[in-house]
Amino acid sequence: MYSDKVMDHFKNPRNVGEIENASGVGEVGNPVCGDIMNIYLKIENNVITDAKFKTFGCGAAIASSSMATELVRGKTLEEAWEVSNKAVAEALEGLPPVKMHCSVLAEEGIHKAINDYRKKQGLEPWEEKNPHPHEHEGATCDH
Amino acid sequence: MSMGEKRTVYMDHSATTYVRKEVLDAMVPYFTEHFGNPSSIYHIARDSKKAIDMARAQVAKALGAEPDEIYFTSGGSESDNWAIKGVASANLKKGSHIITSKIEHHAVIHTCEYLEKNGFEVTYLPVDKYGLVDPADLEKAITDKTVLISIMYANNEIGTIEPITELGAIARKHKVYFHTDAVQAIGNVQIDVKAQNIDLLSLSSHKFYGPKGTGVLYIRKGTKIDNLVHGGGQERRRRAGTENIAGIVGCGKAIELVTSDIEGHNKRIRALRDRLLAGIVAKIPNTHLNGHPGKRLPGNINISFEFIEGESMLLWLDDEGICASTGSACTSGSLEPSHVLLATGLPVEISHGSLRLTLGDVNTDADVDFVLEVLPKVVARLREMSPLYKGGKNGGCNVQ
Repeated sequence: MYSDKVMDHFKNPRNVGEIENASGVGEVGNPVCGDIMNIYLKIENNVITDAKFKTFGCGAAIASSSMATELVRGKTLEEAWEVSNKAVAEALEGLPPVKMHCSVLAEEGIHKAINDYRKKQGLEPWEEKNPHPHEHEGATCDH
Repeated sequence: MSMGEKRTVYMDHSATTYVRKEVLDAMVPYFTEHFGNPSSIYHIARDSKKAIDMARAQVAKALGAEPDEIYFTSGGSESDNWAIKGVASANLKKGSHIITSKIEHHAVIHTCEYLEKNGFEVTYLPVDKYGLVDPADLEKAITDKTVLISIMYANNEIGTIEPITELGAIARKHKVYFHTDAVQAIGNVQIDVKAQNIDLLSLSSHKFYGPKGTGVLYIRKGTKIDNLVHGGGQERRRRAGTENIAGIVGCGKAIELVTSDIEGHNKRIRALRDRLLAGIVAKIPNTHLNGHPGKRLPGNINISFEFIEGESMLLWLDDEGICASTGSACTSGSLEPSHVLLATGLPVEISHGSLRLTLGDVNTDADVDFVLEVLPKVVARLREMSPLYKGGKNGGCNVQ
């Protein structure tokens, strides 16, 4: 069901944990829907120098969190903003269709964390692309 | 993880069972030597016919039925479909109301939903927090248009055993046909279709150490029911299709074995199950047992672990060689968790963290020890990375 890459990132998740006094935090998902992702970013001179996560969810949710934090480390905020859910899924060598929303959640978590940082800096938050991250393949978590 | 050969601990007997050696041995000759079509008249066909008659008698004996009330099908789903659609269409003159429960197997629920689309009215009885149907609710729901009541004998997910004798008595009092899906119950409880006023009963052989692809529908003599599978004259013109002889032979042998010592079997399985459950609860905080503490199948554990999600638990357990299942949405292909857990009133977020372990004949004390060694580590590991877990450093987050 899952690719080897997903299983690798599920079994050996990178960057689990929280960052004390994080520059930006993104909390997405809903326990009722079965997945919650918290993304913590440390940002220095517009560059993400550390990224960590805490996730409640299925194997794909944990692997997506792990991969997303890997992908944004070392990137400028502009570069990190462009890391799409597709990029996360591709880096994981694909996700089952019903699990694509996990990668959407990861993208949204990164966006939320970046905007949290921007707000703290007194900057205008960037416009998010995915206002409905839970809709996918006709299935919707309405809770 | 050890470097050596990985052990497999199978604790998903409610999903399916292996075929017992004695059952397989009984089946094999019917693939090779005695392959004749029972409908033919030559001698090798007579062997097939005799074998089917014997299996029918074995099933009848296990249920307290007459052999000519036993019909072989392709499995539990077909039996449920046949019972519900067959009775519904044959009794249209009386009415088009069916009563079932909210915790039935999908083979019953989806069949009822299909009938609703075709003009039938269906009442889905609620259950209490343990998953029990209240007989008083059933009695209240019966109208003069009710043609069928279908309540499962024991639930496949939470193991709750329903008050079938009381429900059957109410159905009989109101002269409404009573069907029960006994797929999980057989071999774990003593069934007597006559004494319990059961008119129709579904079985699936692969749940009791028989082969897949063979099931049973018991139909009490005189029950008005239409055919589901039309065609040839097999099964006394009620279920067409050349008989799955080996499967039927296996089903007969398996039911004979599984009902030969129900008490002894239950005692052994229940002892293992109780030790496993006590161990889990002692070693892992923040758990919730789903289902009834006493009125449950002897091999069933269904327990929710707060703050974590079921699929990730299963993946880790599988990595350690433990086969189990969950009511989490993530394994169902939809985003909704188990309809059974939700019907018991369990909060959705806790339903996502449910684990079902169903013990069976292969399980040993060593298996229980192994699960008790592995499971607490898996739960602890997942809780450590869960933002909901407040036992960890920095507490949880502000999710609602």
